[in-house]
Parts: sequence; structure tokens; C-alpha cells
Amino acid sequence: MRNSIWVSLGVFAGLLLVGPESAVAQSVAIVGGDVHPVSGPPIPGGTVLIQDGLIRAVGANVSVPSGARIIDATGKVVTPGFLESMTQLGVVELGGEAGPRDVTSEDDRITASFNVLEGINPFATAIPVTRVAGVTRVVVAPAPGGSILAGEGVFMALEGSRVDEMVDVNPVAVFGVLGEGGSARAGGARGAAVQRLREALEDARHYSSSREAYEAGEGREYTLSRSDLEALVPVVEGTVPLVLTVHRASDILGALRLQDAVGFRLVLAGVREGWMVAQEIAAAGVPVLVDGLTNLPAFESLGNRYENAALLSAAGVELVLSSFDTNNARNLRQGAGNAVSYGLSWDDALRAVTLTPAQVWGVHERVGSLEAGKEADVVIWSADPLELTSRAEMVFIRGVEVSSQTRQRELFLRYRDLNRLPPG
Amino acid sequence: MLIPLFLVVFSLALPTMLHAQASEASHGELRSLAGAFVGDPFPSTYRPFSSQTVLIRNGVVLTGTGERIDGGDVLLEDGRISAVGSGLQAPAGARVVEAERRWITPGVIDTHSHLGVYPSPGIAAVSDGNEMINPNTAEVWAEHAIWPHDPGFGHALAGGVTSLHILPGSANLFGGRGVTVKNVPARTYQGMKFPGAPHGLKMACGENPKRVYGGMNRAPFTRMGNVAGYRAGWIAAQRYLDDWNRWESEGSQPEDRPERNLQLETLAGVLRGEILIQNHCYRADEMAIMMDVAQEFGYQISSFHHAVEAYKIRDLLRDGEICASVWADWWGFKLEAYDGILENAALLHEAGACTVVHSDDGHGIQRLNQESAKVMGAAAGHGIHIPEEEAISWITSNAARAIGIQEVTGSLEPGKNADVVVWSGNPFSVYSKAELVFVDGALLYDRENPDPLIFGDFMLGILPGEVR
Repeated sequence: MRNSIWVSLGVFAGLLLVGPESAVAQSVAIVGGDVHPVSGPPIPGGTVLIQDGLIRAVGANVSVPSGARIIDATGKVVTPGFLESMTQLGVVELGGEAGPRDVTSEDDRITASFNVLEGINPFATAIPVTRVAGVTRVVVAPAPGGSILAGEGVFMALEGSRVDEMVDVNPVAVFGVLGEGGSARAGGARGAAVQRLREALEDARHYSSSREAYEAGEGREYTLSRSDLEALVPVVEGTVPLVLTVHRASDILGALRLQDAVGFRLVLAGVREGWMVAQEIAAAGVPVLVDGLTNLPAFESLGNRYENAALLSAAGVELVLSSFDTNNARNLRQGAGNAVSYGLSWDDALRAVTLTPAQVWGVHERVGSLEAGKEADVVIWSADPLELTSRAEMVFIRGVEVSSQTRQRELFLRYRDLNRLPPG
Repeated sequence: MLIPLFLVVFSLALPTMLHAQASEASHGELRSLAGAFVGDPFPSTYRPFSSQTVLIRNGVVLTGTGERIDGGDVLLEDGRISAVGSGLQAPAGARVVEAERRWITPGVIDTHSHLGVYPSPGIAAVSDGNEMINPNTAEVWAEHAIWPHDPGFGHALAGGVTSLHILPGSANLFGGRGVTVKNVPARTYQGMKFPGAPHGLKMACGENPKRVYGGMNRAPFTRMGNVAGYRAGWIAAQRYLDDWNRWESEGSQPEDRPERNLQLETLAGVLRGEILIQNHCYRADEMAIMMDVAQEFGYQISSFHHAVEAYKIRDLLRDGEICASVWADWWGFKLEAYDGILENAALLHEAGACTVVHSDDGHGIQRLNQESAKVMGAAAGHGIHIPEEEAISWITSNAARAIGIQEVTGSLEPGKNADVVVWSGNPFSVYSKAELVFVDGALLYDRENPDPLIFGDFMLGILPGEVR
């Protein structure tokens, strides 16, 4: 008797310890849905088989192993999890309060080397709110402080209770800003911002081959701290991309010129006038992050328009859609829907929030499409995922079904029936 | 690119758009409340643009009154809606629009906009929405800062918006008067001013006033200070109103006339029921306090704005006949917005409270239909199914009620202003767009051939070639 209790407790404790893994171990077969693998043509009534956290098979005629949990997705739409490519999820709890906000370094010795990772809170309330809406992976990016170089971002899954189990790639990119934002951080002129960036990158290149001299206190002077130089070495070596936020067509061309002169992997973010120089962006092979929900003019984006995404895509630019939002990163699909409304094809819009960002961030071997061998980030939608009347009904991240619990759901359930509550 | 799904059949040649502000057609007049206390020294000069009789035929009609008519027709005559139904006959000379799969709704109304006062491009030179020098600036009028050339007006029109209420910002306890405008191109704001629409008075609860003034080490420093500030304002207004009432009852002798005070004039206008309270307030407990303040001084709150916690007191709002103008999904950008939920509007609607989806944003105003769709989608996930003919009221008739223009617009009913949108499909689909937008019967927006005039002067000649 006593023994069996201990055995039971042991089993129970074991279950607790391996909780997520036990869920991983079970096979899950999502059957009957309208499957959009993105990497291939849609499969009406297709099956997605998930095992050990990975996608094992996708197709019209997939044999489902006995004992698999079968989820009937008839009449529903099945897609890869969506990727938001520029957000502050996890590093901001309340935008208006300095305490729970870790997105910006004002320290001029820690610019390119400021890394968002230390500030990420896996229990940030916006994370569950976002993942239940079908966004499964994100790039957490720093926001620029006093410097045109904001720091390093990470690519992570929106699932996990420890940062190290969430983060897939660190750093995924270094972020910076040119145009008006660059000017404001470089003495008040665009030309100064470009020159500072050029100098920083050239310093990093020089430093990378002169570390011994630097350690010996010899060699030439650098404009950046050692820590910032180290952060830029992988950028000039081409292993980590530099994401520059720019909008005006002339600033976009300036960023392309800088890339051409210095040599690094450039990703452009914002690019509201991108459509005006789409051919040049395409020719340079530079991917863009674009918001599908903006059309109002500012002085550095007088050409801002809803057709931007469609026109860039049509010119052959590698298009990523981004919400650039945190609490409402879930509105990524609204941006995609509006981009479709203004000329982008539905397939291209879906790709711009799944496979293309995975490629840009170098994780396309792992996520971004429904293909055997990839990590199982899968969303079952009540209908067309870009329609706002649709909902993500089930979300899997790395093969684990995401809990529907969010702080917002708890609030809804508490206030569902006012009669249960104290008087007003 | 998208191909138009429909054909527009003209029984007359297409009239040149937007030139003459023509007809003096006798329009649904509001019982003019605006400025009745002292008259309105900035009267509306709006005249409906030229229009012709239009029969929109065989669409899906959402009336804004909760009705849906499949295969429905709407007849626009002399700037007003003259009939809504099925199988209507086109009067001689009428232009006929074959709606086919398209949907027809009342013009969209936004109860909360800062277009013109925080226009695009958003730079300090035209940042005119917050007179942040005193917690009580009831004396300022948003309309005096409206830049009619804000390109945002044209984009809002392309989103189906035919009327909007433009308010001052929320830095102050009493921010100043808001104004309702028709969303039409104009050389002056008076040319947009909605004839007879009541002014609003913007009030603000919570974090903003105490942050702005507390940061200057002056009152209000806390929420206690906020409420003391409202009450002090109303006490002064009561005294002012008493002085004027006494003067009137004692024969209005010029030599005894009380001195005018612009700040107290606005507040007294509220106490006389001529100006509607539009109250920025996020938290449920603070809204309840504001309802008590209103009770103490005998005024009605027309609408709470933002009201992210309105769902927590939806019974109180329903019983108090106070509208809640809410976002679909904004939350968490500050603590008083932390409890925002997607179902807010749905729970209000289900409870029978006056539910409005508003924008407070130059982009959001362009897709209030989509914002409403988010609420419908989230609610359906909990088994709360809100049909299109009801949800449309959030951005039409209920919005009209919240800003006091429901007698003349906000629904497709005979006699109302012909403010009408023809959508390419179900307006709650992300793929649908407003294709034809009529204001007082005049076709002010045609997606096939938009008149650049609606985007104002600012965008003229600014980019080479064809921009939009």
C-alpha cells in the first residue's frame, strides 16, 4: 500500500516534470482541413501529422498511426504559425511605464551590443494573447535610444517559461535606424547618420582583424566600445543581418548605397516609400518588412500607401509583413488581409507572414511552412485566417497545443455573468 | 489587382463631381442646440454638394436599425433617403446603381476623431489637439484648430465615414468643445460643420490629467485631484448659469448683464443640456464616479470614450443610458488600459447598452468596419453571435446617438440625410471596401474615380506622377 502510494506519487511527479514532453510524445493528426503548407499548393481535406514536436507528414493521403489524437478540422483552415518580425513582445508589459519596459538602451557605450534577451519576461501577458491568435514565433527587436544602432534582437517561440527554452536564434539581427530617426540621433542630419553607421561598420571590420593590437592597447582609435564592436563583427562578416528602419525613397537608396559600399546583409524595415524604388530594392536582393495598415503621409513617407506591399512584391522584392506592434501583434493578419485587399495575392500574403520571414531570419529549415521534419507550429483557423471574423481555434507550438488561457480570457470569463459579481 | 465586381448603370451621364455646392434642399434639420446659450459665432456654412436622384438596387441592405434586406433597394432623392425596401421603381431621370452582390449601409460615423487637429503629417506645427496649460480649458474649441486639408479626411471618406466628431485631446479634465463635421472637402472648417449638431465637451478621467499636471507639481496630482477639479468646475458653472438666469428673469437689462466667460459658458451649456458630454474614461470604477458627478450637478453623460472596462459595468451604462465608444482591441499600453478585452463591445451590445466602435486614430477611422469584425469574431468564439445588421449599429446609428445627430443620420430610413455607403461586399470582410460614398445624396467618393479634392491641398504636387 505504502509502496503503491509512493509509486503513484513518483509517476505523478514524473508526469509533472515531463508535462510538455508527454504532450509532445503523443501523435496528433489534424485531418480534413483546408491545409495551406505555404511551401506547396493547398491540400483540401489534407492531414497534418505531428509527432515528437515535429511535423511528420503533410498530405492528402497520410496514414494516421493508431493511438494518435485525431483532430477533425473539416471546414477549417490549417496553416503554419504566423511569424511577427518586429515586435517588443516580452520586453514590454505596459508601454507607458518605465519599469516593465526593456526595449531601449540610452547608454552610449552599449548600443549595437544591447541585447533584448535579458529583458524578456516569458510571462508577459501579451505573449499568450498573441499566440492564441495564431502568431507562434517572433523577432523581439530593440527600439533605438540615443544611438542610430538600437542593439540586438532575438528570434523566439511564444511558448515556454524560461527565456533559454523560448529563444531559437540570438542574435537574429542588429537593428538600427536612418532617415528622420537616424538624423535625430546623429546630430540632426541624415548625412551624419549614414556617416556614423558607415564609420561604425568600418571600425568593426578593422577591429575584427586587429583584436590583438586592440588588446595590447595599440592600433587605431574606434568610435565604439569594445562591446559594440564585437556586436558588429558578425554584421560585417555577413552572418547576422542589419535591419535598418527607413521610409523615404531617397533614404532607402542611401541604405542600399551603404550596403554596397561596406558589405553586409541588409534588411529594410518600414519602407513606406518602398514602392517608389521597388526595382532598386529587388535588384539589391534586400528583403523588406512592411506594415499593411498604413497609408497616411508623414514628411519622410509622403508616398505612403496601402498598395506598397503589393507593388514591392510585384517587383520581385522579398516581402515580409509585420505589425510592428506588441500588444496587438495579433493584428499581423489584418495587415495581411488589407494587403490582399490592395492587390497582393492571398498566397503571397500568407507567405509574407510565414515562410518568407523564416527565410529572412534564417530559420526556414525549422519553421515557416507545413513540411515533414519542421517544428510543428500549426494553427487551425475557424475559416480564412485573414478574415477578422475568423479565429485561431487551436494553436500548436513545437508540437504542443497552446493553452487557451490568457489574462483577457480570464477577464472575459469573470465578467461573463454579472450576477455572480459584487454590486456595481 | 482587384477587378471591380459590379457594373454601375447610369441612366444619366455621370455628373462632374464635387464642383458646385448646390441645392438648398430643405434638409433634415436638427433641433438646433448648438450654441443656443449664446448663439454660435462660427456658424456652419455647409451646403450639400450637388446630387441627383439615385436608386441603389438589389443589394444587401443593412438599415442601421437592426434590419437586413436581401435584394434591397435604397432611393436617394433631394439629399435625403426617400425609400428603403424591395422592388422600388426608379423615378424618371434617376441614376440607377445595380448593387448586385454589394452591401448598402448608412454612412459610417466616428464619435472620436482628431482629424484636422492632429492631422497628417503629424508634426509640431499642426499638433493642435491639447491645450496643455490648464486642467480646465473648457473655453477652447477643437474646431478652431481643424485643418480642413488634413489628407486623413479623404482617407476616412474612402473608408465610408460620412460624419465624425472631432474632439480636443485628453490631457485636461475639461479639454474643450468638440465639433461634429460632415466628411466633405472644404476650404474652411465651417464648410464641414454639421448643421445643428450639438457641441461636445471633452472630459478626461484617470491617468492623463494627473500625469500631465502632476508632472508639473500642480493639481490634479492624483485621481482625488481629478474629481475635485471636475466638481469645482461644475460649481463655478452653476453659479454662472444662475447669474445669467437671474439676469434673464429680471428683464435682461443691458447694464446688469453678467460678464461673459468662455470657460463657464461651455460648462453652463452642458448644464442646460445644449452641449453633450464626451468623457474619456478607461476604468469601470472611474466611470461610476463620473456618473455620480453627473448626478450631483444634473447633467447627462452622452458617451464614455475608450471605456476599455465598460464591460464590467455594462448594466450601469445601459440603465444610465450612456453610450460606450470603445476600440475593438486596444489594450495594455498603460495600466488603465490593461483590462481591455476583445469582447468589450460584444458584451455591451448583448446587455442592451448603447455600443459604439470608435477610432481615436487616423488609420482606425478608415476601417471601423474591420474593427467591428474583430469583435464579432471574438464574440462568436464564445457563442455570442452578433449578426451584421446589428453590428453595423456600432458605427452608424449608435454612434449618431452618442453625438446627438441620430434624428437626421445614422440609419437608412425615409427622411434621413442620404449618407450612404455601397460596399464591394460584406462590410465586415477584410476584403470589402467602400466603393461609393454619398453624403447628403451627393456622390463624394467613387473608388473607380476618386476626386483628388477630398485629400485636401497638402498632397497637391508633392510627389511626381500618379500617387494614389
